[in-house]
Formats: sequence, C-alpha cells, structure tokens
Amino acid sequence: MYAIEAQGLVKQFDGFRAVDGVNLKVPLGSIFGVLGPNGAGKTTMLRTLLGIIDPDEGVRTLLGSDRPITQSRNVGYLPEERGLYQSMRAVDTIAFMGALRGLSLKEGKEKGRALLEEAGLGYAADRQIRQLSKGMAQTVQLMGTIVHDPKLIVLDEPFSGLDALNQAKLEKMIRAQAAKGVTVIFSTHVIAHAERLCERIAIIAKGKISFDGLVSEARDRLRPQVHLETETLDGVWRKALPADTRAEGHWWHFTLPESGVEPLLTALVEGKAGIKSLSIERPGLHDAFVAIAGESVAAEMDEPVAGETL
Amino acid sequence: MKEIFRAAMVIARRDFTAIIYSKAFIFFLLGPFFPVLVGIAAGNLGGQIAREAAQPVVGLAMVQSDSEKLLKARETLAVNMGESYFTQMKIVGYPARDGATNPQDYLKKKEDNLSVVVTGSLEDPTVTGTRRAVERESAGIELLAAYAKNPSAMKLPEAKADFVAETANNDKQLRTVTAQGGQILVFFLTMLLAGMVLSNLVEEKSNKIIEILAASIPMESVFLGKLFAMLGMALLGIFVWTAVGGIGLQVAQGIPNFPTPAVGWPIFITLCFTYFIMAYLMLGALFLGIGAMAATVREVQTISMPVTMAQLINFFFASYALTKTGQPVEQFAAIFPFSSPFAMIGRAALEPNLWHHGVAIVGQILFAILLLRLGVVLFKRNVMKSGNAGRIKDAGKRKLFGLITVRG
Repeated sequence: MYAIEAQGLVKQFDGFRAVDGVNLKVPLGSIFGVLGPNGAGKTTMLRTLLGIIDPDEGVRTLLGSDRPITQSRNVGYLPEERGLYQSMRAVDTIAFMGALRGLSLKEGKEKGRALLEEAGLGYAADRQIRQLSKGMAQTVQLMGTIVHDPKLIVLDEPFSGLDALNQAKLEKMIRAQAAKGVTVIFSTHVIAHAERLCERIAIIAKGKISFDGLVSEARDRLRPQVHLETETLDGVWRKALPADTRAEGHWWHFTLPESGVEPLLTALVEGKAGIKSLSIERPGLHDAFVAIAGESVAAEMDEPVAGETL
Repeated sequence: MKEIFRAAMVIARRDFTAIIYSKAFIFFLLGPFFPVLVGIAAGNLGGQIAREAAQPVVGLAMVQSDSEKLLKARETLAVNMGESYFTQMKIVGYPARDGATNPQDYLKKKEDNLSVVVTGSLEDPTVTGTRRAVERESAGIELLAAYAKNPSAMKLPEAKADFVAETANNDKQLRTVTAQGGQILVFFLTMLLAGMVLSNLVEEKSNKIIEILAASIPMESVFLGKLFAMLGMALLGIFVWTAVGGIGLQVAQGIPNFPTPAVGWPIFITLCFTYFIMAYLMLGALFLGIGAMAATVREVQTISMPVTMAQLINFFFASYALTKTGQPVEQFAAIFPFSSPFAMIGRAALEPNLWHHGVAIVGQILFAILLLRLGVVLFKRNVMKSGNAGRIKDAGKRKLFGLITVRG
C-alpha cells in the first residue's frame, strides 16, 4: 500500500489547470519531496491529495482511502499559509489541533506541553499566540501537526519563513518522524532541502509531474562529471577525451563516457598525459533538476523568499 | 455521523470559549438592557415634559353657584371614574349683570390655556371652542352638569369584586395575545442572535485556519460547531436576561398577565424555547451559508440589511397568519420552514393539539440539516473551489446530501 496514490488528477481554476493530469505514488515510510517553483501547482496538488478540495478529474487515495477526511486521525498537515487563533494559548492551540484529529483535549494538552518543552519553548506554553514571535508560532503549529502521532505528515513549504536554526530543527524533526516509520511529504522550492532529506522526490512544473522517483534515480539521469588535470597539454591521449570536453588550461572537464573510467585511464597512462589530479563528481540534484525540468524552471527555484535561508 | 458531531463539538467548544472569555461578550450581555434603559429614560423624560406642558382646561363662565356645583361634581365623579376622565376646570369669570358673556374673550387669553368655555346654566350649558375641542369635552360637561344639578339621582353603587381564573371569554381571541407575545419574543431573540452567525467564518478565512479545519474535519462539522457555539452563547444570554428581567419584574411587581395558552403554560414555554432553537438553527444555517460566501467583514455588513429585512417579512407573514387560523395561509405558514416556528407558537397558544408540533419540529430539524448541507456544498464549490471527482469510480456510489447512498 502507498501512503498516497493519485491517478490523472486534474484541478483547474477558471480554466487554468493548476494540476494537470498528475500521477503519483508515495511509498509508506519515506521522506518524499515535492519540488517545483512557486506557482508550479505544489500546494493545489497537496490540497487535492489531502481532500481539502476535490479534483475535477482523476482519483486519489490517502492511506488507502479515497475519502481522505476519513483518514484525518492518521494525517498531520502544515499548510503553506500558516494560521492560528491569535487569542489562544500555545498549549491550547496544540491541544485544539490534536482534538480536531481525534485526540482528547486533556491528552492534547499533556502532549503539547511535552512537545513545547522538548523544543525549548516550555516557558511559552501559556502565552497567547499573539504574544509569540513568528518563528515560535510556526513551531507551535508544527507541534499541532504531529501531536496526535500521525502516520502521514504533509508539510507545505515548511521551511518558508524559518531562520537557519529553526530550519535545522525542522530537518531534525522530519528525520525523527521518518525514523519512527512515519511517511513525511513536504513541498519546497529549495532543492537543497530535498537533497538533504528526501529519499524520493516528485518534480512538478506547470501542474505536471515531470519526475517521480528516488533522488538517486534523478541524479542517475545525468552522467558523472570528470575533472582532470594533466601535466601535458597535447598527445595521443587527447583522442580518448569525449566530445563534450571543456578545456581550462591544464584542466579538462567532461562527462564520464558510458564505457566507464577504465578505458580513459588506460589511454591517459599509455599516452603519458601525466595525470596530476582526477576526480569524478556525481551530479547534484540541482543538475538533475535542470536536466529534468529545464533551465527556465530551474531558474525560478532556489530563490529564497524573505526571511528564508538555503 | 458520530464523527461529524464529535468534531463539531471541538469547534463549538473553541468558539464558545473564545466568545465568553472575550470582553465583547459583556457588551453582548448588556446589549438588551440598553434599549430598556433608553426606554425608561425616554419615558421619564416624556412624562416630565407632559407634566410640565400646559394641560388644557375647561373654563367656567356661569353664575357662581352653577360653576361651583360643576367643580364639586367633577371632584366627586373623578373619584369613581378616574381623574383623567375629566379635563381640569376652573372658573374664569361670571356673566355680566345683564347676563351677557363673551366666551371668545376668555379663549383668547393664552395664560389660561382654555380648550373650551362653558356658559349658560346647568340646565342649558353652552360649550364654546373649536369643533374638535367641543366634541371632545361636551359629553363630560353634560354628565357633570346632570350630576351637579341632582347628585342624589346619580348616586353610583359600589360593585363588589369576585375574581375567577378563567372565563368563557378567555378563548382563542384572548389567547391570540399570548400567541403574539410568544411570536414577538422568539422573533426578536432570533433576529438578535441568528444574524450574528453571518460573520462567523470570516475569522477562519482571514487567518487561514480554515485550511487546517478543512484538512482535519468534515466541513459540516465546522458549520455545525459554529452554529452550536452561537446557540450556546444565545442560550447563555437568554438565561442571563431572563434572570435579570425576572428579578426586575418581581421588584416592579409588573409581571404581565397573559391569557393562558391552549397547551398550558409549561408546554407553551417549552415549545417557545424549542421553536426558538429551531428558528435559530434554520436561520443560523442559512446565514452561515450566506456569510461563508463573503470574503470580508465589509461584505458581511453589506448583506446584513437585506437579511434582516427578509427576517422581518417572514415574521410579519407569520403574524398575519395568526389571525387566519385553519385557513390555507396559516397552514402554509406552519409548513413553510422559516415561518413554521412562529406559526406553530401561534398554534400552541390557540390549539391544544400537540402531535403537529412533533411533526413540525422534525420537519424543521431536517430543513436545518438540508440548509447546513447546502451551505457546505456552496462553500466548497464557490469559496474553496472544490471539484467533484477524486473518488474511485468503480465504487459507483454517491451520497445524496451526504445522507443517502445511491448508485450512479
């Protein structure tokens, strides 16, 4: 069973197809990243998958049910647009969010206090939300997302608006939840977060999924890059270099040929190239993203919004 | 269904707590007392103005003995008939030696404030004044003149009082007063309180909490919870106002004496309470649905007036139907959901049958559910822009109004 399965999902607003025929499978127990620039359709897709809105076409199941709301107790959701009752106390907010998902208020309060203590915010438990800083309020909302021990956590742009310290804390929390077997899905327009955390990703642009699979599979779509430094600049060994080789003085940069590194090494040694340095660099997710989604889409990515760090 | 109610109670508890712990709730509780205070102040002021304003006086310009007898007669009869029954009188002059008088001269004197002047004799009085004043004063003057002329012939016997609780006359016609009282009370409470739910979803929409709610619980629970919270607040308000009002009436010893309704007071009060809840739930569900469409508080304010007008029309219709018991218009008012609670209060006052109240209440509950469901569907479609797919097709089942599972 998959945590989420979607087939042919379409959601349009006034004729604009925000989600355009999405097929997606999120395995249980994975950290799954949804990557795409702003306006790519990430939020609409997540809202559709969670049943906040129904699609215009297609089907989706959430933890095996095609009525996502019936799985409410097993799901935690942090929306992109954070919202809390300003006059509510922090601990009551967490308890309220837990109660929405089936937890008793008493248990919610107990767990809420424990979570706040754990996050170093125990002193703020009885403060009203309006008295908290933005980052603290976001942390409270995150606590409310996980207080009922969900099996699936969906975080929409969770790093948005957090400083570096809080981003690190959030990454730690995501890893901790995943270690417990919880499926975590988060959307982001910052590739670095997905690269650090995710086992699997989906790349979405203009409402369409252009890639869905393991991060390693995405990277494997590109050949490794070879960076070679030689003592000599010319010789028969040059014939062994691939056609896409780019020269910079004694440096040679090129894509590792499909035949592998051994024939190349043999040619360099026999041709007396004088190898000073040789490194084979596996492509990063960013390179893979550019290759998959295209330069223009990639250009829109990784642009941090105000208050955000990479 | 159980989950919908459980989640609704979570919302209701949050909203109710947020409301009663807010400073604004004090003003809500005090709200109905402001008109009472204004009424008392206006009454006192009006009374003072009325007292201080120059009262009309009947001027007497008869021979002295006739004028004095007339004054004495007024003093005596006012004891039996009430001081206000007769206009104040004063002697303004006497006829000249030749018997000639000119009453118009007296009427021109502003300081006396005379409405009419009486001349002539007790046997043949003449009343001079404007047509309206003469017509108003003549009967009283004639009565006083007759009594003044021969007091013993008009001696009024004292009637002994023998009170009973009910009379044959205490029937439908009198009970209509009770029905109208119940209708007005329930209408005003509903109008005051149900309108408040119009702006209920604005907070959630403006601070984006609606996203969390929609992801966590059925939207029906959100609507139902908000309705319950406001109902709880309304009932708390009614309890406070009734308690304070009851104490006030006890102190003033002014409990109004309404005719006993056909179903008896305990059942009538219970039915009024139930119909208030029904009217509140139906109008509340409607207003919640309408209010949910509004994006801002300004939009909510804009739609408040037409909504209040619609309520008034509904109330007037039910009041009109009250006078047409058993006729098609009254039957329609009893069946038409929005006027039904008010029409049924009328019936409870006028007819002893109880079974039709059971039918009406069940009908009203179902209509309230229908309205709530409709509000949710419209909210999902128009505000949240939800589509109508997502379910696995081979299930091939749809739920009509979320209640009845049908194929197709």
